[in-house]
Amino acid sequence: MKGFLMILVGAVLVNNFVLSKFMGICPFLGVSKKLDSATGMSVAVIFVMTMATAVTYPIYTFLLYPNYTYLRTLVFILVIAALVQLVEIVLKKFIPALHSTLGIYLPLITTNCAVLGVTVLNIEENYNFAESIVNSIGAGIGFLVAMVLFNGVRQRIEGNDIPKTFQGLPSILIAASIVSLAFMGFSGVVEGLFA
Amino acid sequence: MNTIIFPIVVVLIIGGISGVCLAVASKFFAVKTDERVTKVREVLPGANCGACGYSGCDGYAAAAVGGAAANLCIPGGAEVAKKVGEILGVESGEVIPMVAVVHCSGNSNVTEYVMDYEGPKTCLACNSFYQGRRSCSHACLGYGDCVSVCQYGAISIKDDIAVVDRTLCVGCGMCAKQCPNHLIEIIPATARAFVACSSCDKGAYTRKVCKAGCIGCKKCEKSCPSGAAKIVNNLATIDPKLCTNCGECAKQCPTGAIQFCMPKIGTKA
Repeated sequence: MKGFLMILVGAVLVNNFVLSKFMGICPFLGVSKKLDSATGMSVAVIFVMTMATAVTYPIYTFLLYPNYTYLRTLVFILVIAALVQLVEIVLKKFIPALHSTLGIYLPLITTNCAVLGVTVLNIEENYNFAESIVNSIGAGIGFLVAMVLFNGVRQRIEGNDIPKTFQGLPSILIAASIVSLAFMGFSGVVEGLFA
Repeated sequence: MNTIIFPIVVVLIIGGISGVCLAVASKFFAVKTDERVTKVREVLPGANCGACGYSGCDGYAAAAVGGAAANLCIPGGAEVAKKVGEILGVESGEVIPMVAVVHCSGNSNVTEYVMDYEGPKTCLACNSFYQGRRSCSHACLGYGDCVSVCQYGAISIKDDIAVVDRTLCVGCGMCAKQCPNHLIEIIPATARAFVACSSCDKGAYTRKVCKAGCIGCKKCEKSCPSGAAKIVNNLATIDPKLCTNCGECAKQCPTGAIQFCMPKIGTKA
């Protein structure tokens, strides 16, 4: 149990996928402008990450390991692409408002390295199935935390008088790097919390 | 052999299962889209100019099926309005043909450069640098930001300023949005006279910086029979709704700031 909590907190704070590992920056910068699309996107990412891990982990353990590990990237991308397409179809039918808000960002989850990153990192860290699921849920929650926090930062920035050269993406990128620096302060927290 | 066959089979099976799942899902979870939206979208010109007020032709197709007016597409003109009206089963209103006019005649014959500009060769960049390189600060910059967005090839750079070809211009308004000096205006195509100057500076100063600039002498205002030409703030303006296309203002103008064009083919000028 303690192991699971450590993995969860680690994935959310210490090894935040967006702010510490720099994965998934595209939707992070693109969708964090409005709070409801940011939360909607994050929930979709949590769902895709968990489902992707649930499907790819058994495939890796039972089919690819130990002789065909070189197929890992190919097979994982195939599965993730199919999953995201499924999520898009389901969203369009049941929550069309969210589907039209996210628009182009849904297919972006497919090529988003954060989802592939979770599935590959689960393998690299040699987690068992339960730990992998917890890790991917944590990664999704970390994504949510990063998006919502950054949405707040962004709303504050865009209300201000910014020099013309910095307006738009430059100021956002600088803010993102400062937020990620702030998250560096969490390193070492996990061992202390559950020691 | 096994090491080759096994991976091929595995990947094929995974791909096959994914494909089947997706096909089943798209059948069961299909959302009914109104097929009129696709039909309307097909008759629209596809320039995505936004003149209708919606986000591109897709946006207007969706809005039209939802009840928006059928005659909002200006580049498409009366034909498209009629077709959209037929698909939707409504009366299409009249579409007034529009054209773009460039309110500047400061070409290389009548103005000079005041700097050797070596920055990025776009109007937006040049204008942000001390208001451009010509002697008149309101002038056309001549780098052709408007030319690059025109999808009909109607605007081009001649003698260093932008010139609109009325036979090709459909009045979509993309060039007007692009110009950093806001020199381009979209007016009804029936108006053939327009003031090719945007300088509100005093007449003596304008004369120094541009030989074809409007000096606010009021000759057009006095000679206009319908009261369309007026001087506002040292600059002549012609109201296209009142203009009778007599051409007197262009004849009277001492600097040649007022231009009088040939009628656009197909309009009642």
